Amino acid sequence: MIIIDNVSKRYGDFQVLTDCTTKVGKGEVVVVCGPSGSGKSTLIKCVNGLEPFHRGEIKVNGVSVGDPKTVLAKLRAHVGMVFQNFELFPHMTIMENLTVAQLKVLGREKAEAEERGKQLLDRVGLGAQALKYPGQLSGGQQQRVAIARALAMDPVCMLFDEPTSALDPEMINEVLDVMTELAQEGMTMMCVTHEMGFARRVAHRVVFMDHGCIVEDDAKEAFFAHPSSERARQFLAKILHH
Amino acid sequence: MHEIYEFDWSSIPGALPYLMHGMVISLEITASAVIFGIVWGTLLAMMRLSSISPLSWFAAGYVNLFRSIPLVMVLLWFFLIIPHLLETIFGFPRGTDLRFGSAIAGFALFEAAYYAEIIRAGIQSVPKGQISAANALGMTYGQGMWLVVLPQAFRNMVPLLLTQAIILFQDTSLVYVSALADFFGAAYKVGDRDGRLVEMLLFAGAVYFIICFAFSQLVRYYQKKLKVA
Ligand SMILES: Nc1ncnc2c1ncn2[C@@H]1O[C@H](COP(=O)(O)OP(=O)(O)O)[C@@H](O)[C@H]1O
Ligand SMILES: [Mg+2]
Repeated sequence: MIIIDNVSKRYGDFQVLTDCTTKVGKGEVVVVCGPSGSGKSTLIKCVNGLEPFHRGEIKVNGVSVGDPKTVLAKLRAHVGMVFQNFELFPHMTIMENLTVAQLKVLGREKAEAEERGKQLLDRVGLGAQALKYPGQLSGGQQQRVAIARALAMDPVCMLFDEPTSALDPEMINEVLDVMTELAQEGMTMMCVTHEMGFARRVAHRVVFMDHGCIVEDDAKEAFFAHPSSERARQFLAKILHH
Repeated sequence: MHEIYEFDWSSIPGALPYLMHGMVISLEITASAVIFGIVWGTLLAMMRLSSISPLSWFAAGYVNLFRSIPLVMVLLWFFLIIPHLLETIFGFPRGTDLRFGSAIAGFALFEAAYYAEIIRAGIQSVPKGQISAANALGMTYGQGMWLVVLPQAFRNMVPLLLTQAIILFQDTSLVYVSALADFFGAAYKVGDRDGRLVEMLLFAGAVYFIICFAFSQLVRYYQKKLKVA
């Protein structure tokens, strides 16, 4: 579904990504972790072309992201993305947040879009909040809306960039529960997260990044049982013992 | 020994309909210039922020040019040159009164330079993540701008845009250079006719003050409400 092949990227002289190679198969859940500044966000943003890259190739559902002939808007319409800071549109109601792209990008009828929006709101447990504005919801609720907004586009895969790291601890689980359910239903997911409990529960593979390189790319069991690199071992020890 | 000046306000009541007509012209010029100025200013702001350098340079040049020359000069050019051009190029009959249209065009083009800077700051005040979110949903650059960025930018900018409109309303008095009878021009003519210039100018000043002060209080009230929301 997602193939990342030898991708490199620079900001001026600064090498953010170096020869990154990995893939996410259909229905697979891959967790990406690593220290802050290691290039996780940059890598995941390359997948839907929010960040351009200089070398290598990324294919999503058979479509090359780096190819200048690819219409990125079209590709992104079917790749869901969830951000650390939710990024709901504050001037629109929750329902409008869920329908705007369905109407303007997919060209759905209003009734159909609202029906789909309602379904997904119910699914993330926020059916009663449709007419509120994002500012009136808690962080956890906003992030669940953001997931519903991405799902409303009927994406072929979902990208998550630290979806719980801006949340108060008591709200983390409500978001992880939604993500877990999604994973169990067979959604293809690439998740940047430090929630190792979530990774243990639902991930198939874990990718560990450091200094712009993919240092480990293992099956979940192998990663947690005996990470092959020293850096991953240190990272895990730090995360699990704080 | 000099005489004490005696105020005589008696020419005002009879002149009210004429003054009222002048006020309508002032307000019409203000409203049209605000609307055209904001539309053109928004385009300029978007060009200025664009990654296409010629567009960005053009917008920067435009803004700097108009912010560096006095408004009254821009207006004079428009009164003197544009009617002449229209007559020669489009064969408008000589003596067609184009002062009203020229005034609006002059103000709109001038104000757009100021609006562009306000709007540019407004666009930049919208977090970058909002554009990423719009794009991630498959929106094009234009859709993201129109549906996500500009509505938020304008909501933050309304107080500044209205304050600029108040300044513009005062500046419309400059159309006296074309002898167009806006509110100020009308007051001046009446005062001149009746030999009561001092009274008429005091009266006109009071009217400008009341309108602008009331409006700016309204802006302040809105600003407070915006902060609470
Ligand atoms: N626009 C940018 N310009 C320059 N450097 C950047 C930019 N964005 C990110 N970086 C740098 O790239 C590196 C990787 O960033 P990021 O992908 O956000 O890391 P992570 O998500 O793993 O914390 C960081 O060192 C960061 O400072
Ligand atoms: Mg990050």
